[in-house]
Amino acid sequence: MSPTLSRRGFLAATGAAGLVLGFELPLGAKRAEAGMPGGTVVNGFLRIGPDGAVTIYTATTEIGQGTGSTLAQAVAEELEVEYKHVRVEMAPIEPAYFIKPFGGAVYATFGSMGTYSQFEPLRRAAGAARMMMLQAAATRWGVNPEDCVARYGVVKHPPSERLAGYGELAPVAALLTPPSEVPLKAREQWSVIGRPMPRLDTPAKVDGSAEYGIDFSLPGLLVATIAQCPVFGGTLGSVDPAPALKVRGVRKVVRLENAVAVVATGWWAAKKGLDALSPAWNAGPNAGHSSADYAGLLREAAGRGEAVFAAPGQDPAKIRADHDAALAGAVRRVEAVYEAPFLDHAPMEPMNGTARVTRDGVELWLATQNQSVIKDMVAKQLGIAPEKVVIHTMPAGGGFGRRIEIDYVRQVVEIARQVGQPVKLIWSREEDMTHGFYRPAAAARIMAGLGPDGMPVALRFDAACESLLDHSVQGQKGQRPPVDFIGLMYAAKPPYAFPGYMARLTKAEYGVPVGFWRSVGTSQNCFFLESFTDELAAEAKLDPVEYRRRLLKHLPRELAVLEKAAAAGGWGKAAPGRHQGVALSRGNGSVVAAVVELSVTDGAVKLHRMTGVIDCGIAGNPGNIRQQVEGGLIFGLSAALFGEITLKDGAVEQRNFDAYPLLTLAQTPAIDVHILETGERMGGVGEEAVPVAAPAVANALFAATGKRLRVTPFAKAGLSFV
Amino acid sequence: MKYALTVNGSRREVEADADTPLLWVLREELGLTGTKFGCGAALCGACTVHVDGVPVRSCSLPVEGAADQRITTIEGLSTDRSHPLQKAWIEEQVPQCGYCQSGMIMAAAALLAEKPQPTDADIAEAMTNLCRCGTYTRVRKAIRRAAGMVADAAPGRAPA
Repeated sequence: MSPTLSRRGFLAATGAAGLVLGFELPLGAKRAEAGMPGGTVVNGFLRIGPDGAVTIYTATTEIGQGTGSTLAQAVAEELEVEYKHVRVEMAPIEPAYFIKPFGGAVYATFGSMGTYSQFEPLRRAAGAARMMMLQAAATRWGVNPEDCVARYGVVKHPPSERLAGYGELAPVAALLTPPSEVPLKAREQWSVIGRPMPRLDTPAKVDGSAEYGIDFSLPGLLVATIAQCPVFGGTLGSVDPAPALKVRGVRKVVRLENAVAVVATGWWAAKKGLDALSPAWNAGPNAGHSSADYAGLLREAAGRGEAVFAAPGQDPAKIRADHDAALAGAVRRVEAVYEAPFLDHAPMEPMNGTARVTRDGVELWLATQNQSVIKDMVAKQLGIAPEKVVIHTMPAGGGFGRRIEIDYVRQVVEIARQVGQPVKLIWSREEDMTHGFYRPAAAARIMAGLGPDGMPVALRFDAACESLLDHSVQGQKGQRPPVDFIGLMYAAKPPYAFPGYMARLTKAEYGVPVGFWRSVGTSQNCFFLESFTDELAAEAKLDPVEYRRRLLKHLPRELAVLEKAAAAGGWGKAAPGRHQGVALSRGNGSVVAAVVELSVTDGAVKLHRMTGVIDCGIAGNPGNIRQQVEGGLIFGLSAALFGEITLKDGAVEQRNFDAYPLLTLAQTPAIDVHILETGERMGGVGEEAVPVAAPAVANALFAATGKRLRVTPFAKAGLSFV
Repeated sequence: MKYALTVNGSRREVEADADTPLLWVLREELGLTGTKFGCGAALCGACTVHVDGVPVRSCSLPVEGAADQRITTIEGLSTDRSHPLQKAWIEEQVPQCGYCQSGMIMAAAALLAEKPQPTDADIAEAMTNLCRCGTYTRVRKAIRRAAGMVADAAPGRAPA
């Protein structure tokens, strides 16, 4: 990694605003995921006001993950200011601020990239600003900058005891030529990075003052709610607006292509108006769809193994030939079919957005994960220039990938355009749950050829699911790869060194909108492959951790995470009546393992404890990382135990949390998180713990009952969770 | 219809249909947006407020049922984040997205008012609010801390 600053990309501005610094530098880190080209280039900006206040600008929406606070730590460290006084704001939505995570420049929040992609550039921006403050002070005092020190936002010249604050120095510093080399603090000198600092956004989240997208208001704001065609791909036939217009407060009924919205002075009036309508839907060709039919279709498709995954430079034909040759050396084969359902993101804040459409353009207030795409797509929708689309980003009450999609944004833009007044659209929970962009339902047929020692000599992973890029807004921009391998994430490159390995994907389209659900394809594929690995351990009559150790012989990082999980989780030392399961995952440059301990009494499962271990490289804020790993495990447990979206007559059956339960506090085990740092390079955190929950629990249930659960959710196997 | 409500100690008059849930009156008429809309069916608890000291899911309580009663929302729990639960919530770094936390804290406040030293079973029974980010283990710890049942310094605490 070359840490020199690019002069070309450097920006320094003066004025009442004080010092503004910007950088553009290639980070060179290749972060290839299945189907996604690598390459990371990042921009970071910070501002020092005349009062010395430090503001950092980020392209990452606060959706619960706390990225802004960790970035503030990076800046506090290198700039020598107090962490708790750093403000975090959303950067303007301009290309200079875009993040380049997976080949394309985006202003977006996904892929667990927020911290790792902006941490280093912000450190350099902060380090450069500190050097310029020192230089500005030294010039003013006619002394050598090396004789000055910067601490707590103040430059001091100890020999003369002179002091100057950053605020007063900023206008002078801004006129200086930025340094071409910015030495960063050595790790031993860190006093802010690497510490579990409290998140800057916490206080506003305990007194109700945090303002989310749904809380935004304007004078004269109208509120809308919506009913969409229950069957995906269907359209609105006819609707008589009269019953809604009779409801006090209702102003307008807006017909959209596949939906009807009611606009009123408040949400309750809008909902009553909507409930009074009897829209006639054209259900279209998906009206007969059912989950049972699709499960059969998926199982059949998984057996077809249509597209072989090959990393850049690899030849699919050779992978196949190598697999076949390796398989010929097997003494026996093991095969299993795994299945996973559609899953809803179900963030606690339902989809919503506010739009004001005027002759000058459109102004939007949104809790979104996908600003740059919205800017382009809404501009196209209204036939205006992208710069006429102004987006104010609001914190989100959870995103988990759902807010990458822009369906609700397009709706509120069209509604506000027709109404001619600012409108806030708020979906009901029922609309939110029945019109998601679901984690794809998937099936995988996995086959291993084993050697005489029970270890695999060849392994084949054949999966089927819908294409995310066929449905997600992410597939509507830029170039698409010939095959969308996102559904093979994790399985394309598993954390184990399986010899003769081949992963194949078959597209199984069913008309259900699918998208990016926290940890994406890894969420199901880790369950499939880690459970299957457990099956192989049982076949080989080896302890599950020992079996995995043998598969990780030449992978020290993954092995260290596994060993730590086994040690911290008390592997092999469960109390009588308790049983353990283990799982390992890798994604976004990080490695995670979990050990779960449970007991089963008459079909009632009690999760006693769970140990999570993550190696995400430099742990910028260990407290925040622990929080994310705890949350990821719980998110994964909800899916593993209860999560299932099903179709009947083409419509989603689950309409609220009674039918789509989340894990409750009572069901949550004690969770213990450990952080390993085997490498310097940062990886992702937000998504990484989700995938290990399901296989760890399935493996523990196998240990407890001898029954192998190959389908989530486990509640369907007649188990209850207490 | 006009209703007189006592919200966070102040008497407020609102104009609303009788069946309007208290949640929407608080949010849209009184501007108290700390109380959140999550499910509209009393399933998630994001809208939890106190009505005469009892935790109530305000999305499912018509405003007429709240008239002339003492309503406390998250904004009224304290004026300066000084309630022991708010302090404990910060000490334990409970919130992630934070959306469910107003309701979570109000449910916890009602629990502690009734049982100042709750057992783990009490906490499990009372805290049925849903959190999608998965903050439950910290909610448990923060309630115990607020109840004075945890003595050590919180790991997430900043150096002064």
